[in-house]
Amino acid sequence: MSDLLHVSSNPHVRDKVDTQRIMLLVIISLMPATIFGIINFGPSALLLVAVSIISCVLSEYIFERIVHKKSTIKDLSAVVTGLLLALNLPPTLPWWMAALGGVFAIVVVKMLFGGLGQNFMNPALGARCFLLISFTGPMTTFVYDGVASATPLALLKAGEPVNTMSMLLGQTGGTIGETSAICLLIGAIFLILCGVIDLRIPGTYIVTFVIFITIFGGHGLDMNYIVAQLCGGGLMLGAFFMATDYVTSPITPNGKIIFGICLGVLTGLFRIFGASAEGVSYAIIFSNLLVPLIERFTIPRAFGVVKEKKGGDK
Amino acid sequence: MNKNIERLTNGIIKENPTFVLMLGMCPTLAVTTSAMNGLGMGLSTTVVLLVSNMVISMLRKIIPDRVRVPAFIVVVASIVTMVQFLLQGFVPALYASLGIYIPLIVVNCIILGRAESYASKNPVVPSIFDGIGMGLGFTLGLTLIGIVREILGAGQIFGKQILPLADEAAGKAGYTPITIFVLAPGAFFVLAVLVAVMNVVRAKAEAKGKPLPAAQGCLAGDCSSCEMSACTGKSTVSATEVKKVDENKASEKKAVEKKTKEKQVDEKQVEEPKATSDDNKE
Repeated sequence: MSDLLHVSSNPHVRDKVDTQRIMLLVIISLMPATIFGIINFGPSALLLVAVSIISCVLSEYIFERIVHKKSTIKDLSAVVTGLLLALNLPPTLPWWMAALGGVFAIVVVKMLFGGLGQNFMNPALGARCFLLISFTGPMTTFVYDGVASATPLALLKAGEPVNTMSMLLGQTGGTIGETSAICLLIGAIFLILCGVIDLRIPGTYIVTFVIFITIFGGHGLDMNYIVAQLCGGGLMLGAFFMATDYVTSPITPNGKIIFGICLGVLTGLFRIFGASAEGVSYAIIFSNLLVPLIERFTIPRAFGVVKEKKGGDK
Repeated sequence: MNKNIERLTNGIIKENPTFVLMLGMCPTLAVTTSAMNGLGMGLSTTVVLLVSNMVISMLRKIIPDRVRVPAFIVVVASIVTMVQFLLQGFVPALYASLGIYIPLIVVNCIILGRAESYASKNPVVPSIFDGIGMGLGFTLGLTLIGIVREILGAGQIFGKQILPLADEAAGKAGYTPITIFVLAPGAFFVLAVLVAVMNVVRAKAEAKGKPLPAAQGCLAGDCSSCEMSACTGKSTVSATEVKKVDENKASEKKAVEKKTKEKQVDEKQVEEPKATSDDNKE
């Protein structure tokens, strides 16, 4: 084909940003939380991170070899999945469970539905919930400083006092990547500045959640309680890094806001009225399933198109 | 007699209700938490199928066409009630674990499907064999799913511990059960994997030139109410054709790779995850 005959449909202006670059930025933005988690929880956390990433990348490679597809491991999405999965695991988890989770995330949640772009829910969270249901004991045992202790959220739920400052810094029990709100926020600000994520989803998520727990939390406008709820558990990690996953969040601007509201309400419901103290991962994968519906109802009107009247006045 | 044997193999292999026709999914997914439950459910359904096929085949010239479905349901429901009392009386443990799914056999679509598509059109003896074949096929499917789920989810087969469990407190190494397999999601995973394995076996048999005869199509011939599942057996493409398609795809991909870098960027933009997933959703 000669260049003269090169006709293509719009858009004609393109950016150099590709999947690999975006994934790289996400990995960089997760580094503060990962490094803090490894320092905080020691070598077992490092082992889990490594095992989880290797398991994800390997299963993507092997699966694509088996079904004779072009290998997509270079787009780094499997690395992001592995990293996010590891950040969602308690540091004391046996390593083979992390490996199993990686295989589940890539093969079952992602590749069986057609690979990157086709998965209907966040692979890392799908795998986390798979592990949570399968191995409830190890997945909910949190050890900090050699002492098995309840997470701050569990303490909050039981009505006991928590130290908000240590939650902000991350010196509490929890999963590898969720404890330090500050490290997560550094990464999130980096992502927002790079233009990888926009504030619609995390913003509406957090605002809705705050309103929800103010009304139903039973503590009213107690700042200590609200900050503890925000910094505790996987809310920061989920809101900025997993709810904003391109594939499993709505593409329309209004859809993003509805999605964020869904997340906030569901997380509040699970945390306050549910049996367990944490509910971010279930809220996100549940909302992932609503995405096609949300997108359907929020298709933006094209410029210049007049909305058709629905069958006149009835 | 030959026809009767053909009916048996048709139900067990060619038109296996679980793996090929995808009928009766509700009990298939719900009761197969253990091999014993699967076997019990399968055999109860077999008994109901056998008797209902026989009775409906006998009555096929008496039942008016217009009210045939209510008539079938009355026959099936009375048989199910008998089976229910028998189970309750003689195997109360199985009865307790199957619970609501025993009375639900009344509306099991395998039974109605066989009544509608076979027993109401054929003589008594082949209908009986058709019922036995379908029932055994269903039993086979349920028991297989039950065995896999029980091994993975509890390390047991028919209630016997075959994989020693790990005991962390005692420092004993062993198998840690993956609990999700005895819960609802596990049923979907196991069923999907077993159906995929069956399809691979079928494709391989066809590649060897010994094609397993494809399913004879829809049960009721009513495609509007069918979610295409019944035709999966029918639409199996022969393995050689699949290969050809694959080769075509491969050559297309190579052509794409040869294009200039600029165009590759185009491709990427077109294949941007969001866009394709949107297309699929619609």
